[in-house]
Amino acid sequence: MASKFINITLKIWRQKNGTTKGGLETYGLNNVSTDSSFLEMLDQLNEQLINERKEPVAFDHDCREGICGSCSLYINGRAHGPDRGVTTCQLHMRTFKDGETIYVEPWRSRAFPVIKDLVVDRSAFDRIQQAGGFVSVNTSGRTIDANATPIPKADADKAFEAAACIGCGACVASCKNGSAMLFVGAKVSQYALLPQGKVEAQQRVLNMVRQMDEEGFGNCTNTGACEVECPKGISIENIARMNREYLKAIVTED
Amino acid sequence: MSKLDAKIPAGHISEKWTDHKNHLKLVAPNNRPKIDIIVVGTGLAGASAAASLGEMGYNVKAFCFQDSPRRAHSIAAQGGINAAKNYQNDGDSVYRLFYDTIKGGDYRAREANVHRLAEVSGNIIDQCVAQGVPFAREYGGLLDNRSFGGTQVQRTFYAAGQTGQQLLLGAYSALSRQIGVGHVTMYNRHEMLDLVKVDGKARGIIARNLVTGEIERHSAHAVIIASGGYGNVYFLSTNAMGSNVTAAWKTHKRGALFANPCFVQIHPTCIPVHGTNQSKLTLMSESLRNSGRIWVPKKKEDAEAIRAGKLKPTQIAEDDRDYFLERRYPAFGNLVPRDVASRAAKERCDAGFGIEANDTNEGVYLDFSSEIRSKGKQAAFAQGDHAPSDAKILELGKKWVEEKYGNLFQMYEKITDENPYETPMKIYPAVHYTMGGVWVDYNLQSTIPGCFVAGEANFSDHGANRLGASALMQGLADGYFVLPYTVSNYLADEIRTGKISTESAEFDEAEKNVRDQINAFLNNNGTKSVDSFHKRLGLIMWNKVGMGRSEKSLTEAIAEIEALRTEFRKDVFVPGSAEELNPELEKAMRVADLIELGQLMAQDGLQRNESCGGHFREEYQDEEGETLRDDENFKFVSAWEYKGDDIRQEELHKEALIYEFIKIAARNYK
Repeated sequence: MASKFINITLKIWRQKNGTTKGGLETYGLNNVSTDSSFLEMLDQLNEQLINERKEPVAFDHDCREGICGSCSLYINGRAHGPDRGVTTCQLHMRTFKDGETIYVEPWRSRAFPVIKDLVVDRSAFDRIQQAGGFVSVNTSGRTIDANATPIPKADADKAFEAAACIGCGACVASCKNGSAMLFVGAKVSQYALLPQGKVEAQQRVLNMVRQMDEEGFGNCTNTGACEVECPKGISIENIARMNREYLKAIVTED
Repeated sequence: MSKLDAKIPAGHISEKWTDHKNHLKLVAPNNRPKIDIIVVGTGLAGASAAASLGEMGYNVKAFCFQDSPRRAHSIAAQGGINAAKNYQNDGDSVYRLFYDTIKGGDYRAREANVHRLAEVSGNIIDQCVAQGVPFAREYGGLLDNRSFGGTQVQRTFYAAGQTGQQLLLGAYSALSRQIGVGHVTMYNRHEMLDLVKVDGKARGIIARNLVTGEIERHSAHAVIIASGGYGNVYFLSTNAMGSNVTAAWKTHKRGALFANPCFVQIHPTCIPVHGTNQSKLTLMSESLRNSGRIWVPKKKEDAEAIRAGKLKPTQIAEDDRDYFLERRYPAFGNLVPRDVASRAAKERCDAGFGIEANDTNEGVYLDFSSEIRSKGKQAAFAQGDHAPSDAKILELGKKWVEEKYGNLFQMYEKITDENPYETPMKIYPAVHYTMGGVWVDYNLQSTIPGCFVAGEANFSDHGANRLGASALMQGLADGYFVLPYTVSNYLADEIRTGKISTESAEFDEAEKNVRDQINAFLNNNGTKSVDSFHKRLGLIMWNKVGMGRSEKSLTEAIAEIEALRTEFRKDVFVPGSAEELNPELEKAMRVADLIELGQLMAQDGLQRNESCGGHFREEYQDEEGETLRDDENFKFVSAWEYKGDDIRQEELHKEALIYEFIKIAARNYK
């Protein structure tokens, strides 16, 4: 890991809170190690701002290893920046050139209102999950033995791939319609592929889609930007599977 | 010793829990909605507890500082979860999991708690599968297992390198279901800043709404703290940036004893430190030690050449490699427990064989080339090719590795810009988990009545070293299968209490306490950032209360942390205001508590004149560098009582550890 240092210019969205207007501010930042992650670069900027007694930039982050789904930046017009298959915290500064100007904005979507600077409110995802993203089994542990129901490996693998979604919202931010169908499709698919989820499959897909619509997410028009920008490579096959499940449910609904 | 009644039930070890459950008091379903329970933290322990208690019909309020309960740091656990299912028919049993855990913890954990954990482990897997957790499976459709450190059986269930994520999303789905039906009220982006006690009992919390800055009062008949561990006291650790000790520490300040603070797990396989702006360290799962072999060059000049960039690891001949874990511990090889593996790596690096070109030359190799060859050959044979070419072996072997560990290899490559399929990973130990925590009895109740503590936040099950894949097991065991019984037992006496008012002198005092602290920070007008203090604390902790400790280093650490605390209070600068989203203020509140805890950790390490598990006192080792326990004088849990602002005044209480069912012995993995 041969470290290099670069100087960059940042254009960052600053917004005091949800009710005031925001705008892009310009900052210069020197001596950024190319081994730093994008968020470590922002730490460095914030340290500089604090030393100048200015207010640091607020952004969501936590695990910094690509799994919690907290980080959520629109970098140079792309969710999680230019690299493929990574979250912002896994994006490294070696991806950028010395002297480059980098634009940093929050997720842009009607269903994700800005709280401050680069922080948005993604609680709509939680409400969709609460509407049906579960198997209605009590947590008593009094179920059948885990190996009582064999599940074909291919189904288990596909369910896992869908379940790998981290709920970051890059799919919504990347979609020209602000659609959450990749997120919802992944959850619906995980359960639809497993015998444990099949029992409630009909009600689940109807409830989750209804909540998704109520939250103000747009519809899917098959442009596929979500799949390209998804840091976990969730396939749009899951949207197709959700549509199939939805159709099945709607025609058989009582 | 009245303060420390562990309330361990009588009877044979295998009957204690069943018998205890049969005699615990119950709360009838019609009374449960009248009772409020607060749960702080929504990781495996908190989410499973909140979901289970909500399901029973209690009125639950759950709090997390993240923007969603799904983001709690359990999400980042990689390798797996242990359970004594014996699906592999390799001799596993409840007793063996119990035994391995006690031995792995270097005989510093409570027998009864650990046996209960082993007993319920199988149910956890049943429960998770029923919830739709997609564990890895074999072609026959049954669940797959792998090995973890400190065991000689395959009892670890997993979902690629994302087991924690899948288990947490399972618990989150159960929690979401209860939020949806109104049994649980969820408070996202809220941080607990104090515990409220009324008449000696836990009766509520003060929380700050992190978006609006509002200080809120919440009352309850019982409070469950499931706020995770305190590894971030080291600044650089595998913990998430927000992981903190505040909820647990405030509980401690309100009278709960804090146990074994010096027991910290340093995980052997993490990506080494690079660069001064680094904010955290990344774990490479222990599961990789199923397939990877750890080595450094045998010759010092080779190590020097590698550090200078003149030699590549792939150019070192097999005979010139020192597979030091296999050499020192042939019975367990690369799968020795974490503390043992970490110390062995440190020993080689201290001796000058480290391979990483950073400030400290600290790094060793984790090499997959043998496994790629052997699995590649197997795969070729399975395809009917009994004379596969070298290229085919490598291709099939890499494919096998990718299927098992793909996400970890990708993570490694993104961070280091090196391809681990072609060249060995560079790894080094890093702070990962804290075995110490709030002292709890067998019912997981702290010394404050009505205040229960679960998961990593308590001290109970792992002794001086936790075995891999046991943290997930403990979190879910506490939340799904222990607290619902023991909390109900406590609440059975509360059915006549009625709603608890937040308009009381106790709530007034606690709220004022929080407001005073916030105002002190914002009006401080110091000159240095919170992070700058946190980094300095981390350096003191790593160098003096880290992998190796001594009387001298610990004594120095105590004085240095005290000085740092004084300077922090005087000179920290916190911008912004209290009535808005203010991440710097959040950090300042957390770092204040981490500094105080850091001092207690050093004090705890100083009084424990022995080496055990992760606590390695350099004065106490044998001629081969192994830990030397002192069972005569230190076979106890140290539990500290807060005595005011001067941490030096904390009073030590001792809970004697009694081994009735396991013969205590020197830990041997050779």
